[in-house]
Amino acid sequence: MASHDGHPDAHRDAQRHEGHAHAAGPDPMTERVQKLEALLVEKGYVDPAAVEALIEAYETRIGPRNGAQVVAKAWSDPAYRQRLLDDATAAIAELGFGGRQGEHMVAVENGLTPDGGRVHNLVVCTLCSCYPWPVLGVPPTWYKSAAYRSRAVLDPRGILAEFGVALPDDTEIRVWDSTAEVRYLVVPERPAGTEGWPEERLAALVTRDAMIGTGLALPPEQAA
Amino acid sequence: MNGAHDMGGTQGFGPVIAEPTAPGEIAPLFKHAWERRVFGLTLAMGATGTWNIDMSRHARENQAPADYLAQSYYQVWLHGLESLLLQSGLATREELETGRLLAPPQPVARVLRADAVAGVLAKGAPAQREIDRPAAFAVGQRVVAKPMAPGGHTRLPRYVRGRPGRVIRHHGAHVFPDAHAHGRGEQPQHLYSVGFAARDLWGQQAFAGEVRVDCWESYLEPSA
Repeated sequence: MASHDGHPDAHRDAQRHEGHAHAAGPDPMTERVQKLEALLVEKGYVDPAAVEALIEAYETRIGPRNGAQVVAKAWSDPAYRQRLLDDATAAIAELGFGGRQGEHMVAVENGLTPDGGRVHNLVVCTLCSCYPWPVLGVPPTWYKSAAYRSRAVLDPRGILAEFGVALPDDTEIRVWDSTAEVRYLVVPERPAGTEGWPEERLAALVTRDAMIGTGLALPPEQAA
Repeated sequence: MNGAHDMGGTQGFGPVIAEPTAPGEIAPLFKHAWERRVFGLTLAMGATGTWNIDMSRHARENQAPADYLAQSYYQVWLHGLESLLLQSGLATREELETGRLLAPPQPVARVLRADAVAGVLAKGAPAQREIDRPAAFAVGQRVVAKPMAPGGHTRLPRYVRGRPGRVIRHHGAHVFPDAHAHGRGEQPQHLYSVGFAARDLWGQQAFAGEVRVDCWESYLEPSA
């Protein structure tokens, strides 16, 4: 049968959760949520247009392109980079980003440390899914998965390998577990061969995963 | 609570599987249409001001471990939302099951309208507070995360309890979730980023580096 929401695996998921199949009608999860929404609207607690506006904000406007602008500016403008490292909430607000789930931002930089070592930062929320929404949007499914939440603090190099990232043995790994309302943005290293690039072009190299720490910025030949 | 949500260091969940995308692209935010609605309804109901974010987190994690682990991410959110509706008296079990209004609506502080969504998201809900009490710990100081097993909500993950660390950063004073989740007010406390050497968490085979966890002051004691 056709699944109600157009995803071919929705019904299979529903069967797995409910343990039986229905011959017709929406799958059990769809039905449960439709009932809930109808009730909340009828009670006057929610305005369906506001629900749609909330969803659309994150589907269309608030996502990792915002964070990429922040990183590209930090790469291009040393004074901005310093402001970002000193007070990320204020520096990010300069670009017009802030608010829900990014009220208290901290930027952490990959690369050389003052003592000549190298550091790589990785962000996780072992307790659930805390994530810097104003700059990265809603977290990807893998970020919220048990596999990531459990292992990021125990075996970050193993996680990085699963993302195709191999770091030199002497790179220190810092894992940030987002247990409070502070949200962390990783500033990846600027790729070589991008000298003189304008910010818009640099931003295309800054992937979401690079700002979580499970990726690196794209090399210049992969620029869109 | 020592629930299944507190996943840091748990083994056996397998590799992290990210949705394949082109470089620099991200996968759709929602796998099923009902997940979109759960996301929007959760945010819209949060905007009514009937409960706070710490109560929301506790409602999601306050489940039998087997139940929590059997649910997908947005099923956990749905469980949390339904629990809060029942606890607050905004809906009855029968109403959730039928989707029909059977009891009169209860007054809520606010109903979010579509034209207010952008402003509400941009404003967020900062958790930082000014308090008179000076910070008990200084940056660089050695501390120990207290051994504890609170039955209610906490943001101190199990994997750092009893372990030595070092104060990396002072975030100012923030609302204390362990009290706020249970309707005992904000009780703000100083909040610190504490670095735990991976070796102090996982032994000699640990990765080279540390895990940094945001810890409220009452989670910590001075190192002996």
